[in-house]
Amino acid sequence: MLFVFIFIKGKGKTLAEIIVVTSGKGGVGKTTTSAAFSSGLAMRGFKTAVIDFDVGLRNLDLIMGAERRVVYDFINVINKEASLTQALIKDKRVDNLFILPASQTRDKDALTEEGVAQVIEELQKTFDYIVCDSPAGIEHGALMALYFADHALVVTNPEVSSVRDSDRILGILASKSRRAEQGLPPIKEHMILTRYSPERVTRGEMLSVTDVQEILAIPLLGVIPESKAVLRASNAGVPVILDKESDAGSAYRDAVSRFLGESVPHRFIQEEKKGFFQRLFGGVEA
Amino acid sequence: MSIFDYFRFVRQKGSASLAKERLQIIVAHERGKNTDYLPLLQKELIAVIGKYVAIDASQIKVELEHSGDCSILELNITLPGQTISASQKADVATAD
Repeated sequence: MLFVFIFIKGKGKTLAEIIVVTSGKGGVGKTTTSAAFSSGLAMRGFKTAVIDFDVGLRNLDLIMGAERRVVYDFINVINKEASLTQALIKDKRVDNLFILPASQTRDKDALTEEGVAQVIEELQKTFDYIVCDSPAGIEHGALMALYFADHALVVTNPEVSSVRDSDRILGILASKSRRAEQGLPPIKEHMILTRYSPERVTRGEMLSVTDVQEILAIPLLGVIPESKAVLRASNAGVPVILDKESDAGSAYRDAVSRFLGESVPHRFIQEEKKGFFQRLFGGVEA
Repeated sequence: MSIFDYFRFVRQKGSASLAKERLQIIVAHERGKNTDYLPLLQKELIAVIGKYVAIDASQIKVELEHSGDCSILELNITLPGQTISASQKADVATAD
């Protein structure tokens, strides 16, 4: 099944699929997810571009360790001050991966719908996937990031304000996207539940996967456990998915596989049984 | 039952169920009441009707009601000089 998929992709190049990483609420892991997911797709052999839509507060370049290689940005391309090839940063670690940074100085009104459409159209000709890292909120930048999407990764924490904001974003995906406006089939929604702690769920201190699923009613793509590896990865500027040993990295790799149509059982949902010595001396989390 | 027993009870039950309950209520409430477009609708209606009859903003009322799976959009327009059949109602049913 997957083989056929790659075969078609490789032969007659179809237009790239557009994935928005969105959440409404800030600080839930959109940029971490964008960096991990785009790296994951590229590692699986798909030519992937990841675009930072957070004009004025760019961070994707930092999370991906490319901050010192930014010359031109997204807004420069929109304003025709630079070509797309000049602005795209080729990732040093992963083949097939390119980063389009946001502008740090302009304001977000520079993201015009025509400008964004042109850049995305041009990228679609040569790429397989375009990942759009949305800013927090539901303002212009966030609306532009989701407008052209075919898929939405809705990043949610098991926490009341995040779940409520995700629900609001789902409403916006269904009403203000290009697909909604043109009466096309709706954006495919996928839930990424981040900062999950099975121990706290068992103790009744945290909303469970099923609780959040019941409320948002969208398919679950992945559960990313609360993990020290995430801060470690951002400190180093290496997407966490490249940390092969880590639980969060493995969870993102599983999510990418599921996105590509493979059926991979969910891990990190159940509390791990601690061994006798771990109980005695206190476990050290990965 | 001492106060300590009460806190033990709350801790045993956990706060997650409380979070879920609150979320279910607020999310259902907000999904049903997404009426951001009402002020704009009202403004545009006044503009359209104003092309034919002289009315002002106070003579038009737009309300949205929900009951079960059905939403009713009620327009209440009072024309100056005469009252046309008490009010004109347009019912628009949409599946929520």
